[in-house]
Amino acid sequence: MKRVLIIVAFFAGLVGIWQAVCAAGIWSPVLLPEPLTVGRYLWAAILDGSLAESAWVTSKRLLIGYAIGCLLGLPMGLLTARSRWLSDTVGVLALGLQTLPSVCWVPLALLWFGQSEAAMLFVVVMGTLWSVLIAVDNGVRNLPPIYVRAARTMGSQGFHTLRSVILPASLPYVVSGMKQGWAFAWRSLMAAEIYVTILTGYGLGHLLHFGRELNSMDQVIGVMLVIVLIGLLADKVLFSPWERFLHHRWGTAKA
Amino acid sequence: MSVTDELQNIAPAKLIVEGVSKTFSSRSGKVQALDNVSLEVGEGEFVCLVGPSGCGKSTLLNLIAGLEKPDSGRLLANGNPVNGPGRDRMVMFQEHALFPWLDVTGNVMFSLRLKPGLTEKERQDVAAYYLKLVGLERFAHSNIHELSGGMKQRVALARALAPNPRVLLMDEPFAALDAMTREQLYTDIQRIWAARKKTIIFVTHNVREAVCLGDRVVLFSRNPGRIREQFKVELPRPRDINSVELAAHSTEITRALKSHHVAQEVAE
Repeated sequence: MKRVLIIVAFFAGLVGIWQAVCAAGIWSPVLLPEPLTVGRYLWAAILDGSLAESAWVTSKRLLIGYAIGCLLGLPMGLLTARSRWLSDTVGVLALGLQTLPSVCWVPLALLWFGQSEAAMLFVVVMGTLWSVLIAVDNGVRNLPPIYVRAARTMGSQGFHTLRSVILPASLPYVVSGMKQGWAFAWRSLMAAEIYVTILTGYGLGHLLHFGRELNSMDQVIGVMLVIVLIGLLADKVLFSPWERFLHHRWGTAKA
Repeated sequence: MSVTDELQNIAPAKLIVEGVSKTFSSRSGKVQALDNVSLEVGEGEFVCLVGPSGCGKSTLLNLIAGLEKPDSGRLLANGNPVNGPGRDRMVMFQEHALFPWLDVTGNVMFSLRLKPGLTEKERQDVAAYYLKLVGLERFAHSNIHELSGGMKQRVALARALAPNPRVLLMDEPFAALDAMTREQLYTDIQRIWAARKKTIIFVTHNVREAVCLGDRVVLFSRNPGRIREQFKVELPRPRDINSVELAAHSTEITRALKSHHVAQEVAE
């Protein structure tokens, strides 16, 4: 209860300062609208459905692309960690591509797929895949060999070892890799949406871009707030349960 | 199969090691961990392997466990050649090797789930039985990181006992524990050995520990790893590590160990 109070007080304080700065009239309201103006924009955007639609378009791209990236990255990471041959080829490729900021895939994606959903998905997958792959690879390599030995004495082998020992044992790495992959995917998608108009649907990035085109700062700030909220929500919904589990079982530090 | 059947004592196995050699190549050259080692362990016998580090005693344990293969010679467990790990020979390692992603019961269940012919409920009951046997029934749902070193080794023991093996291979399981915890475990392991009738091979470099636990103490020398001498320990059980008689025995064996050691140093 006390924690909730502190959180509420902190954010109320921030809005209060914002309001006070506006009231002081240092900057033109065109550049710094009042909190209430932003609130009015958000309310209108909720009522006319534009906000929900954009949020949906963006989330859909993100979730589908992210899921594909994880589904590809997880087995590929397991394979590169277990095979010298694959680690010298795919592993090196992954390491190289991971250093490439994923927004750099946008021009390529546009030329290949046009201004379409496929281009957006491609960018998100590229943002996710390599960091998940490398994290899983890393996790499996750092596995204490004693786990697999102990499992072997108990009759575990082959796929059972992979599923029941190697994968759960590298979970701390896998979760942090998936988190990093999420961060890359989310950032690159936003950059792509602001940067190019995708004809098949307007995401939050487009809404932000239109806000700038129209010189309407209330829309810019409002959409930014929504983007922050979605990021926070994703963190809480997608990763917090895993991190709580890791903390509980492994005794790792609280995230 | 019912839980009562599952918990029946199974006949302990006889182990035969015949002319086994094993060489490891490392960057600094070849190390002959075992050179033509032969050893016979009777059904239900408690044998302790003692020797300096690098004398191949752990290697022998790994060979019996089936985790490694010998260069030459053969190993028989209950008359069957050892071709790989098997549920009839369970291992307890120096590091507890428990799985941190499972709780205490989950760890014991891991070995049981790999054993066919039992229902989930039966496995739960068997796991509960062994946790009680090692005195951890109150910690059935604790996480591994919450346990002390001694408790972790107890879980590892329960996990190794759970599939009802015929042989228990213990690789310096108490080396990392403090003296008080160790002494309690000496008492418990003797009680459990009496209750569950296993053939046990116990690797240690602590002579007193070996005398306290073993029916027989086998002395190894290193470089190359060979069996030097064997001692029968015929003290009554349960044995107390602090008893005078036990100390007398271990002094004798320590002396033998040292003389081999000195002879070897001179020879080198």
